[in-house]
Amino acid sequence: MAGALARVVQATKTHIGVVGPLVNINNGSVRFQQTQTKTKFGPLSDSDRVFTNLYGRHDWRLKGALSRGDWYMTKEIMLKGTDWIVNELKTSGLRGRGGAGFPTGMKWSFMNKPSGGRPKYLVVNADEGEPGTCKDREIMRHDPHKLVEGCLVAGRAIGAQAAYIYIRGEFYNEASNLQVAIAEAYQAGLIGKNACGSGYDFDVFVHRGAGAYICGEETALIESIEGKQGKPRLKPPFPADVGLFGCPTTVNNVETIAVAPTICRRGGAWFASFGRTRNSGTKLFNISGHVNTPCTVEEEMSIPLKELIERHAGGVTGGWDNLLAIIPGGSSTPLIPKDVCETVLMDFDGLVAAQTSLGTAAIIVMDKSTDIVKAIARLIMFYKHESCGQCTPCREGVSWMNKIMYRFVDGNASPKEIDMLWELSKQIEGHTICALGDGAAWPVQGLIRHFRPELERRMAEHAAAHGPSKAERLY
Amino acid sequence: MLSSLRTGTQSLWRVSSRALQTTANLQHDSLFVHRDTPEDNPSIPFEFTAENQKRADALLNIYPEGHKRGAMIPLLDLAQRQNGGWLPISAMHKVADMLNLPKMRVYEVATFYTMFIRRPIGKYHLQVCTTTPCWLRGSDAVLKAITDTTGCHVGGNSPCGKFSVSEVECLGACVNAPMLQVNDDYYEDLTIEDTKEIIEKLKRDEKPKPGPRNGRFAAEPLGGLTSLTEEPTGPGYGLQDALKA
Amino acid sequence: MLRQPLSRALGLSPSRVAPLTARKFAEQVQAQPDNVELFIDDQPVSVPPGTTVLQAAAQIGVEIPRFCYHERLAVAGNCRMCLVEVEKSPKPIAACAMPVMKGMRVKTNSDLTRRAREGVMEFLLVNHPLDCPICDQGGECDLQDQSMAFGSDKSRFTDIHFSGKRAVEDKDVGPLIKTIMTRCIHCTRCIRFASEVAGVDDFGTTGRGTEMQVGTYVEKMFLSELSGNIIDLCPVGALTSKPYSFAARPWETRRIDSVDVLDPLGSNIVVATRTNEVLRILPRTNEEINEEWLSDKSRFACDGLKRQRLVTPMIADSRGNLTPVDWEEAVVAAASALRDCPPDKLLAVAGELADAESLVALKDLLNRLGSEKVCTEQYFPLEGAGTDLRSSYVLNTKIANVEDADFVLLIGTNVRFEAPLLNARIRKAFIHKETDIASIGPKVDLTYEYIHVGDSASIVKDFATGSSSHEALKRLESAKRPVVIIGADQLKSAEGPALLAYTQELALRLQDKLADKEWKVLNVLQRTASQVAALDIGYKPGVGKHLQDGPKVVFLLGADAGVVTRESLPKDCVVIYQGHHGDVGAAIADIVLPGAAYTEKRGTYVNAEGRAQQTLPAVTPPGRAREDWKIIRALSEVCGARLPYDSLDEVRDRLGELSPALVCYGEVQNNNYFAQARQLAQSLQKPVSGKLDVQLKQLEDFFMTDAISRASPTMAKCVQAVIKQKQSPY
Repeated sequence: MAGALARVVQATKTHIGVVGPLVNINNGSVRFQQTQTKTKFGPLSDSDRVFTNLYGRHDWRLKGALSRGDWYMTKEIMLKGTDWIVNELKTSGLRGRGGAGFPTGMKWSFMNKPSGGRPKYLVVNADEGEPGTCKDREIMRHDPHKLVEGCLVAGRAIGAQAAYIYIRGEFYNEASNLQVAIAEAYQAGLIGKNACGSGYDFDVFVHRGAGAYICGEETALIESIEGKQGKPRLKPPFPADVGLFGCPTTVNNVETIAVAPTICRRGGAWFASFGRTRNSGTKLFNISGHVNTPCTVEEEMSIPLKELIERHAGGVTGGWDNLLAIIPGGSSTPLIPKDVCETVLMDFDGLVAAQTSLGTAAIIVMDKSTDIVKAIARLIMFYKHESCGQCTPCREGVSWMNKIMYRFVDGNASPKEIDMLWELSKQIEGHTICALGDGAAWPVQGLIRHFRPELERRMAEHAAAHGPSKAERLY
Repeated sequence: MLSSLRTGTQSLWRVSSRALQTTANLQHDSLFVHRDTPEDNPSIPFEFTAENQKRADALLNIYPEGHKRGAMIPLLDLAQRQNGGWLPISAMHKVADMLNLPKMRVYEVATFYTMFIRRPIGKYHLQVCTTTPCWLRGSDAVLKAITDTTGCHVGGNSPCGKFSVSEVECLGACVNAPMLQVNDDYYEDLTIEDTKEIIEKLKRDEKPKPGPRNGRFAAEPLGGLTSLTEEPTGPGYGLQDALKA
Repeated sequence: MLRQPLSRALGLSPSRVAPLTARKFAEQVQAQPDNVELFIDDQPVSVPPGTTVLQAAAQIGVEIPRFCYHERLAVAGNCRMCLVEVEKSPKPIAACAMPVMKGMRVKTNSDLTRRAREGVMEFLLVNHPLDCPICDQGGECDLQDQSMAFGSDKSRFTDIHFSGKRAVEDKDVGPLIKTIMTRCIHCTRCIRFASEVAGVDDFGTTGRGTEMQVGTYVEKMFLSELSGNIIDLCPVGALTSKPYSFAARPWETRRIDSVDVLDPLGSNIVVATRTNEVLRILPRTNEEINEEWLSDKSRFACDGLKRQRLVTPMIADSRGNLTPVDWEEAVVAAASALRDCPPDKLLAVAGELADAESLVALKDLLNRLGSEKVCTEQYFPLEGAGTDLRSSYVLNTKIANVEDADFVLLIGTNVRFEAPLLNARIRKAFIHKETDIASIGPKVDLTYEYIHVGDSASIVKDFATGSSSHEALKRLESAKRPVVIIGADQLKSAEGPALLAYTQELALRLQDKLADKEWKVLNVLQRTASQVAALDIGYKPGVGKHLQDGPKVVFLLGADAGVVTRESLPKDCVVIYQGHHGDVGAAIADIVLPGAAYTEKRGTYVNAEGRAQQTLPAVTPPGRAREDWKIIRALSEVCGARLPYDSLDEVRDRLGELSPALVCYGEVQNNNYFAQARQLAQSLQKPVSGKLDVQLKQLEDFFMTDAISRASPTMAKCVQAVIKQKQSPY
């Protein structure tokens, strides 16, 4: 029961949710609590990178993939069986790469329960839509075979008969590449009947979405594959009990699935040797915004944020001192100001300690030229647009926050409203069916937490220029 | 709904009189009710072409028996592609028929997802991402360049009928910001000049080369790799003991 | 197989399916699993697993506020009003959707819970117009009540740019439901009702986020015979009653519990009146009959009670025009006609809305005058057991038990329009219990899928004799709780007796094989509210034979079905019409005695399953109209055949003498003697060759079927609207 409760909290929101890390990190990961001995993290050597064709400089098709070691000994991995694979994953300490950071091995082990004759499904969440995040796109267009092979390995581990890859509709060319890769794999007998000669039948299907961020939430994604509006389901029942087409289902992020074969080949211990304990592995980081050379890069977990930006993204535009704030894990994670950025380590625990979250590890850098209030307001507008409208706090609350935020941009508001906005965001957070409400509340909370003087300054300025705001009187 | 910043600020400035906000006054919002128009009404027949019918059958095939409804989104997308980039109500009815569903269930899906366009649009659908990562890198200027060169306001069609411009939310190419999607292709790392050049080419019905415009191939840092400089490792590299026979 | 998108609700709470009343048959299916104990506000409560927190709380009288949750609909969990704190959970949980867990400690009144509710309430009100003074829901609005109870005492909504609340276009969903969609709080109850109960999937949500709308997307009428129920379901004033709009506030009305008579089921209703006028009719919960639903005809035809009424006694003058007269004159004229008529030329015909009291009074009167010719308009075969055994003319399975059936065979009946709420039960079984349905008769839309076996009467014979190889028969024979329902209309024809005989044969052949000896298979669905009582009292069904005898005096007791026409009567025949509406019957009458409608009298009605119920007077009869049994009692006095009862209680004593079932209000007795009926029917099993047809095929046929609904302008509008909708391409 405790486990079930924990999952209510953890909820495994691919993309959207970053619910888990804030609340109960200890819950599933006790087994990984060892003493931290490693102190230096990153840079990763090329030979330890999983995604060796991240930049598409090599052939992405089957031939190229084989030459880079994909599909090597997949049959042997399959024949090792469910428990072995799940164990490797548990040893590796891999945590979901979609945002919530739920331990993947444990998630797969939930699928062990008897299904009562129902088939099981693996669903791969490729509905990458969190602002700042563009890592799965690179995997799908440049290393699709890693994903296809990952589907097979993960499918074997959870006993699924088929995988559905839900790819966002806008990624048309990426879906084409993936489709080609799947066709190649079928032709080569790697998937389909008797996949890789292992005696195991496994299908992989691509399902294209049609433009809805909310479909990155696992149950909304399932609804969407079923041909409905992408409105998150109530939990319980969890997808591991009642998921796609009413069958037990595991939903995993593309990156999570794509690293699984490499983990199995090189061993969970190899993967666990990177990053701090409980945050192990390598990770794709997206660095966007005000940096000299925005890029996607695979690095070791727990790499210091500053080093990551300086080494790979050419530093902040105008130099490190020109930095204003960073959103460290995609739009739904609270921003952190420059002084926090100096030292923070890019992993689950490090960012939780900084009152934010790793999310999808999509780093949005903002320099001093940024209108920070507008940047956050624009994010709230994003959430307003992407709210599914199903439950009250998110539907009504986010659009209300949006109205207030845009007044804050101009300063046409009462300073008392800052606290009110904080309360509003707290009224949304945790009261919704899915984590989108939380994701919309956190950026606002981050802004208020770190930039309250800026908000007050704008209000004072506006009042000086135009007289007291009407909100002052109305409130 | 996510109105552009333009709408946002405009409506914020317009203060004095009490305005009634209706459901769809924002620029790139479409109406969430159907109105019969000469171009879009249920008496206009819609059938899949023979080729698309085959595709439709293949799509239906990937969903298990009893759950063919799963094909709804792919089928609507197929219908939209066949119909020149927008989805007429008769196509929704056709899909409802094929899936044996109440029409309302199809309307629900067609109005929920932003990629289903329920009004006639131009040959080139220009979608500019203006969410924060793109906005930080100048998407507003890109959008302005587009509306200027096409003469098309956000959420509308250009006078020549060739272009439709939409402001959209994050398209998932944030490290290549700012970016523009034309139909299925992404144009990334745009400057105002790049944007104008793309539009000019499209006006001449030439296809500009998709992808980043600043000289890089994909998402690598511009001006020199910082990782993956070595040749990729081959099969069996670092194989763990348990798998060594 | 998943029939529709309810699977998730089903997965959550199986207990919802058989709510509240623990019925005998339901109990047998589910073995009682161990109960789960939890604590709500520190009070221990023990409930079966699968119960939701909200239901568990209700058991100990703790009410958790809710908007979207409704016990008869799937769980949506989207309003978030029912959030409660659960110990050890960092977030409040939605009580309506959360199954109970062992040892759970729920706090429904903690700070966290109260703050969550207040927050949700505030959000709901952000875009809800505060137009309560002009809103018809005022006074019975969940939002109003709950904002008083759980909301904040001040508003923080600052709209300095006057950008306004969200305004949503109203929808036109027909002449019954008025929509003010700006008030909608998106609870989706109407959508769920339409798709689950009504089976007309025309409602849905379009768009998303704050622009999400509940509606039909295209202009479309809600083509359902149960549409009015979404007015009751709507927790706010988004869906209100069009005919009742701006008529009254709930606190101004008197509410009288009564029973509906416009279909044979006898749905329980509340009649809301003000200043001696029926303003509206609402359903009253009765789990055995109508749950909490009501068909549109029963709900909205009440404006017919104010039109076309007979308000004064009348006698035809020399030119045949009916002229108002005093009661005395009319009664004397009627009595002398009755007294002077040779007993074998005296005929009484009871119509579909007659109450048992007037029926028994009329029969007693005619008997005293020496005539045995009392009959009903609706025919029923007299051959075989005829009407001697109650089991052959009622719904033996009982309405509520139909839910537990695993296979339903419909013979020549469009249940959807003949008894909408019985159909709703069948649909419920279809959806929640995987019950399958087969139908012999014309192909009609029953709102669920069924096996259409054909429309020829010979299929019934083949089924009865077991000579059919149709899949439906195999399913029927292997069913553990089969139900066979035959429409009474089929029994009118010459082949009627044979059809009934075959149906009895089939039903009893099935029943004999059942492991469950209590389960009844045979059902005859009567068409009218008066028929079962009339047959119980001893009326002869059908008038055909008696008309041929050339009656001299015909007494029509609300007989408006048009069975008796002037052409079918001898020229000099005197027609006395007693009833409440100037309809078909009054048009051919020489003497008119104005009676009371069902809202104006205390009358006994026996529904199609044989359950006696009584109406209560909500208003007084208009003008000089009087209660029906009293008119007959007065007539008897003047005829010189005085009836031996002076008060309603005495009439009911008389009813009880005839059949105790007639006065066992609210109860329904189990019927027996099936075997005897079968035996008696066996000789009637003759070849049949006709086609089965039903009278009410389309929705437009449903609205105007009796004197009251024919007089109702609302029903007329409905017919028009349905016909118009059918021409629309949507």
